[in-house]
Amino acid sequence: MMDGNWALARRRPTLIHRARIVQTIRAFFVAQQFLEIETPHLLPGNAPERYIDPVAAGKGFLQTSPELCMKRLLAAGYPLLFQLCRCWREGERGRRHLPEYTMLEWYRLDADYQALMEDCEALISELCSSDTLCYQNTTIDLRRPWPRLTVAEAFTRYASLPLATALAEERFDEIMALEVEPQFDPTRPLFLVDYPVEHAALARPKSSDPSVAERFELYLGGLELANAFSELTDPIEQRQRFIADESARHSDGKAPTPLPEKFLSELATLKRAAGIALGVDRLVMLLTDSATIDEVVAFSPDDL
Amino acid sequence: MYSCADLKKGLKLMVEGEPHVIVQFDFTKPGKGQALYKCKLRNMITGSLFDRTYRSGESFEPASLEDRDMQYLYQDETGYVFMDNKTYDQVTLEEATLGDDKYFLIDNMEVKILLFNERGIGISLPNFVNLRVTEADPWVKGDTAAGNNKPATVETGYTLQVPSFVENGELIQIDTRTGEYVTRVKE
Repeated sequence: MMDGNWALARRRPTLIHRARIVQTIRAFFVAQQFLEIETPHLLPGNAPERYIDPVAAGKGFLQTSPELCMKRLLAAGYPLLFQLCRCWREGERGRRHLPEYTMLEWYRLDADYQALMEDCEALISELCSSDTLCYQNTTIDLRRPWPRLTVAEAFTRYASLPLATALAEERFDEIMALEVEPQFDPTRPLFLVDYPVEHAALARPKSSDPSVAERFELYLGGLELANAFSELTDPIEQRQRFIADESARHSDGKAPTPLPEKFLSELATLKRAAGIALGVDRLVMLLTDSATIDEVVAFSPDDL
Repeated sequence: MYSCADLKKGLKLMVEGEPHVIVQFDFTKPGKGQALYKCKLRNMITGSLFDRTYRSGESFEPASLEDRDMQYLYQDETGYVFMDNKTYDQVTLEEATLGDDKYFLIDNMEVKILLFNERGIGISLPNFVNLRVTEADPWVKGDTAAGNNKPATVETGYTLQVPSFVENGELIQIDTRTGEYVTRVKE
């Protein structure tokens, strides 16, 4: 007789906790009149992004994010939307990355990224029973409001070279990951805001300073937890950004992605809006004090 | 050649003409940015450790090592001695080279010894080894929850987490790649 699979059995308390977290997230958004939406996982193409590779499936691709479908619903007049779904990103595997993972996205019509920062504060406070969260022996003070820091200020404070130089030498990501992020105060959440427009993706340029985009990333316990935008609603600029990303992908030798034409044409009808994507597995890591993402899922790719 | 996608803990590659092994690996990707592959490398000859970060697009030469089947003989003051049963060549590995693998060696065990220019610089153990528990708290009757664990020590002095039902004197299987408990072995 064999004993049961102990590696699976010992994850049970974490998986029970995970199920409760997901139920609380759902209840949080439903209570605020957000509509839960499901959109197809299999798409003819994702939004082209230089450094995000989709997983090919059949004649299309698995979604890297539900953002295009969610924004089409916003453009059709749905005011408050959320989705909990699986996303796939080729080759992303590490202590904090799974190639298949769970994403929470929510969207607000007639709002900007400031409203989403307040949503993050409220959601995570709802999920924590007190004003503090202990993650990997560091106590995080969750009292609101959480600090906001611009990317420009973060580079001035923590980077060994000016932001403009990092951008010109295409070293922005490297400096961010190796020099800037490790110096964030581990005892507080942080909204890193106002990304250089070169790193805006689907975010709207700031009206007071068009060299930056209204994009933020939420950091908590050293984990990058969420990415948010005031949505770009200009279809011409969006098309130009897609073409630029697609051409960079081409020169990197990557497979072509068809431009999402229906999305681009309907974007013209989208008014002011904001949206955010939050990694649910990482949120569960934080709330269950787990050091690796593998500990918070029933099966990692290595368990299959 | 290896690409960044091949990088993982345990991979052996040439860096500046010498074989290195990745002892710690982390994939990191800031926001929507470029992936970075953070490696802690150990020089397999000198043992020195250093950190290096690679970006996608880089490629790596596999370490040119000879893998020879050998048998573990004994330990003495110079280290751990292995013998090739066909040629009777003997190779000695230092304790530091073995690291935690020393806890999984059993007399006469068949292993693969890694050779670089005829010099023993590493070992590949069988993936699983059976070792006897020599120290474990008794099983508390009623503690039947699947998934509960406790520390136990095995005959080689290695300590690991095991399910609460494992008792002193039992034989258990350990995965030598992770050092973790797999299952009890019925005798």
